[in-house]
Amino acid sequence: MRGESLRDSESALAPLLLLPAILYIVLFVGFPFVMSFIYSLSNVTIGNPHYRFVGLANFAAILHDTAFRQALANTFIFTFTSIVIVVVFGHILAELLRQQFRGKWLVRFLILLPWTTPIALGTIGFLWFFDSLYSPIDWLLRQVGLLGHAGALLGARSNLYWLGRPALAMLAVITVHVWRLLPLAAVIMLAGMNAIPQEIIEAAEVDGAGYFRRLFQIVLPLLFPVIAVAVLFATFFTFTDITVVWVLTRGGPPPNTTQVLASLAFLDSIEGGDLAKGATVALFFFPVLAGIAAIVLRLVKKAVVT
Amino acid sequence: MGAAMLKRLLRRGGLYAALLFFIAFSAAPFYVMLISMFKSSHGLMNPANNPFLFVEPPTLDNLRFLLEQSLFLRFLFNSTVVGAAVVVITVVVAVPAAYSLARLAGSWGQYLGIGIFLTYLIPPTLLFIPMTRVISTFGLQNSLWSLVLTYPTFTLPFCIWLMTGFFMSTPRELEEQAMIDGCSRLGAFVRIVLPLSVPGIVTVVVFAFTLVANEYIYALAFIQSSTEKTIGIGVTTELIRGDVFYWGALMGGALLASIPVAILYTAFLDRIISGLAGGARS
Repeated sequence: MRGESLRDSESALAPLLLLPAILYIVLFVGFPFVMSFIYSLSNVTIGNPHYRFVGLANFAAILHDTAFRQALANTFIFTFTSIVIVVVFGHILAELLRQQFRGKWLVRFLILLPWTTPIALGTIGFLWFFDSLYSPIDWLLRQVGLLGHAGALLGARSNLYWLGRPALAMLAVITVHVWRLLPLAAVIMLAGMNAIPQEIIEAAEVDGAGYFRRLFQIVLPLLFPVIAVAVLFATFFTFTDITVVWVLTRGGPPPNTTQVLASLAFLDSIEGGDLAKGATVALFFFPVLAGIAAIVLRLVKKAVVT
Repeated sequence: MGAAMLKRLLRRGGLYAALLFFIAFSAAPFYVMLISMFKSSHGLMNPANNPFLFVEPPTLDNLRFLLEQSLFLRFLFNSTVVGAAVVVITVVVAVPAAYSLARLAGSWGQYLGIGIFLTYLIPPTLLFIPMTRVISTFGLQNSLWSLVLTYPTFTLPFCIWLMTGFFMSTPRELEEQAMIDGCSRLGAFVRIVLPLSVPGIVTVVVFAFTLVANEYIYALAFIQSSTEKTIGIGVTTELIRGDVFYWGALMGGALLASIPVAILYTAFLDRIISGLAGGARS
């Protein structure tokens, strides 16, 4: 009898405790998410919120828009390049942090700084590093004679004008993404490495497997799920980010050299007033995010089975 | 013996050299912020001066400008208010939901939990456009409340996920014992589980707060009035006006606002990472 009433209250409690969360997520994530699809099929602007259905006209229009194409390509280039660098160097950094040395907490704090500080503020430091006149990088290059005199390897002008030249501006954006994500990847991989039983590696060593053989045949395969998690998070953060580009270049040098989907969506919708076009641009996140979601689901399912 | 020692020494040397390289890469922007904050504009804005050292005597002018003539403290205050409000909402909503998913909801709870986590993958950079309409419907443009209302879109899914994992790893027996002793289900949750969950809840508090400190696009889209800006957009839009940079103050502001967040985050990082990495496993 008592067990029965307990179960009754449990079946009432479960939905009751969940209700506020579900309600909020449906109203403030689900509803706007659906709205962005509906906007993309309309001609809604900030000035004229009257809804008129235009079918796929927005999609057709932006596919011919050079700014959009550039932003789409850049988003993929920035994400892919950053992730590759972050995984390789993140693994090296994780190996280093496993070693014993003095002052580890301070080293850890300093190395983690880029991830633990708000990204908009961290990017300000880089704004100075890439400044057209006062760039400390340029100063160093001038000191070692690579820049700023006739015949110098990087040019006779006294500055590189990082954010004013297309290739360098793109390099600058990637640098900041790598800078920010490297600690996250390293820490995730470190957690994964510490979970690998040391006996397996020692057994392989006894059997005569060299460092690289151990790395590629034992450590990396065992680390794969953790590397996947690091890659997923890093991809998500880079792919959907607006802050780095917005603070560093505003999509420049003109017209759209470092424009990404997020910054273009913002320019089109909030600054340009064309909500429909902005929503259409932002929806191009969706296929990649759906891909990430599918991989997360597979990882979860695998974990449940094993 | 000598050769072995030499090899060891080289290994140590290599380790320190590699660590130094990574530290330089990670910390260089903060070092330059720190030193530039105390430089006179005259000394700072001279391309011939060493940017990593004091060439001219240090000054407190930038700091004075930042604290007395800019809205820096106001931005900090705004961010703290929004952060506190969002943290309270997140904890109050996420903790019971996570408990329900972990203990009460049965097998569909697992699917629901994964579903909630997946909503984390819908980023603010996609939601902000329809959200501007939601905000104007509520009449919240230029108000900090617009941020309080929208920031749980990213704090909630993640914190529910984090707390669910936490509840799953705490033993059931304690609550069962309490219920045998006459506690109700809810009573067992409030009196037994919640006090045990303080470490998990503190992690959620810290994590939600750092997420709020990081947020940029909602604040950029909803807030135009200078006095209502939060730290991220405040520093990057008010201390940079067109081509005029208040460089010393700008870098000082970025540094001063970063450090507390960084210390908080580092202190709780291991728990957050095990939530991130273990999330896929739990």
